[in-house]
Amino acid sequence: MKTSETLPKKATAVIIGGGISGLSIAWHLAKKGMKDIVVLEKSYLGSGATGRCGAGIRQQWSAEVNCLMAKKSVTFFENAKKTLGYEGDIEFKQEGYLIVASDEEETNTFKNNVALQNRLDIPTRILSKDEAKKIVPHLNTEGIDSATFCPTDGHLNPFKTLDAFYKASKREGVFIFTYTEVVAIHKEGDKVHAVVTDKGVIKTNTVINAGGGHAGVIGKMAGVDIPVFSQNREILVTEPVEKMQGPMVISFTKNIYCQQTPHGAFIMGRGDDRKAGYSVHSTHSFLDEMAKTLTNILPPIGKLRVIRQWGGLYNMSPDHQPIISNTKVQGFYVACGFSGHGFMLAPMTGLLLSEIILGETPTLRIKELSMSRFEGKKHQDVEKNVV
Amino acid sequence: MKTEDIIICRCSDVTLKDLHELFEEGYDTFEEIKRIKRVGMGPCQANTCGKMVQWEIAKYFNRPLENVPFHNMRPFTLGVKLDAISKAADDEDE
Repeated sequence: MKTSETLPKKATAVIIGGGISGLSIAWHLAKKGMKDIVVLEKSYLGSGATGRCGAGIRQQWSAEVNCLMAKKSVTFFENAKKTLGYEGDIEFKQEGYLIVASDEEETNTFKNNVALQNRLDIPTRILSKDEAKKIVPHLNTEGIDSATFCPTDGHLNPFKTLDAFYKASKREGVFIFTYTEVVAIHKEGDKVHAVVTDKGVIKTNTVINAGGGHAGVIGKMAGVDIPVFSQNREILVTEPVEKMQGPMVISFTKNIYCQQTPHGAFIMGRGDDRKAGYSVHSTHSFLDEMAKTLTNILPPIGKLRVIRQWGGLYNMSPDHQPIISNTKVQGFYVACGFSGHGFMLAPMTGLLLSEIILGETPTLRIKELSMSRFEGKKHQDVEKNVV
Repeated sequence: MKTEDIIICRCSDVTLKDLHELFEEGYDTFEEIKRIKRVGMGPCQANTCGKMVQWEIAKYFNRPLENVPFHNMRPFTLGVKLDAISKAADDEDE
């Protein structure tokens, strides 16, 4: 990609990571008037989790901060074409998420979640299994107790959305360097001073860690121990077919999410508990388990051919909620720990971190997103709605 | 022959003209072009178009072919039905 040519000697802010979070942060800072912003990406844009994600957009969460970030991000995506001045189509399809409950216990948990979501003006409804079947006729309701449905959830094309943020950022004067790897972060006392890359050194007082799956590694370069780890999560995609399913179908207990993209392919994944690491390899066991669950819950999809599978990194935080925060190192900020949901929350990630950096009053209460929430013994409630 | 009449990717209906437009915008790697235009993401998984995309990048940017990386190939080589995978997995379990 024709990104910027020569690495500058200094910058107002250096953002590490050319995924959706990094570019959203860059665009928001530039939009607020910051000059000389540099984004560094060690490969091509979106080569990490952004380009590997499940492309889902949902607001049905059990933790309030996730609900609020998701809701405001949906509003952003609804207007993104205009806001970002994008000529292409980011393919935002709002046909809902249908989350199925396997038993009465899960139904009761979901009732509490829906009460929270409704209080925050998220239009989720509780459905009987027959009502769920009306929305997804090929759903096998055997072993399903009830469902919840939010019609404004949906699908968004990660490549196009990233492209929209990339082009908008460039128009705002952001310098973007691909194939440029950060190897060290220099400090003077407890302040950041410079970012060292394989192409040269940039002096700066502000460094933003949007390293996705590698955010922990970047943190250590600045001497900040971020309580996150990364895990390979796999996805597969089928051949494209005519439209037959509107919403994303999810089950936390059966461990599956599955949606038909506007292009016609079905994309599906599950969350097997893997050891922490940086592998993004495809496995046979994923394929077996995915196929078994899928053919049980959405039988007709079993007739479709799988054409591709891949892996990507979830960057897990202890409470499965993002870390969008300053740190004990002055000038070093983090946006990571999205626990599988960084793409759909990215507009708010960019807005909130730009507000934190510029000392503005944050749009949302950011206590729940801060690094300091992990200090002391008592952690906040864990977000449970994670596949 | 006009570039708009030359089909490079049959699965995703991408012409040489489409590729040239992306080149002009500055997209110069297979991985980026794949993600914007879906070249190589269809049922053939770039088994048909892959070499042509690589070649067109080399020609347009005047780079030696060996300096134009091919796209990252992922499983599968051929499409397999989910039913068949599920059945095979069940058979293995027995």
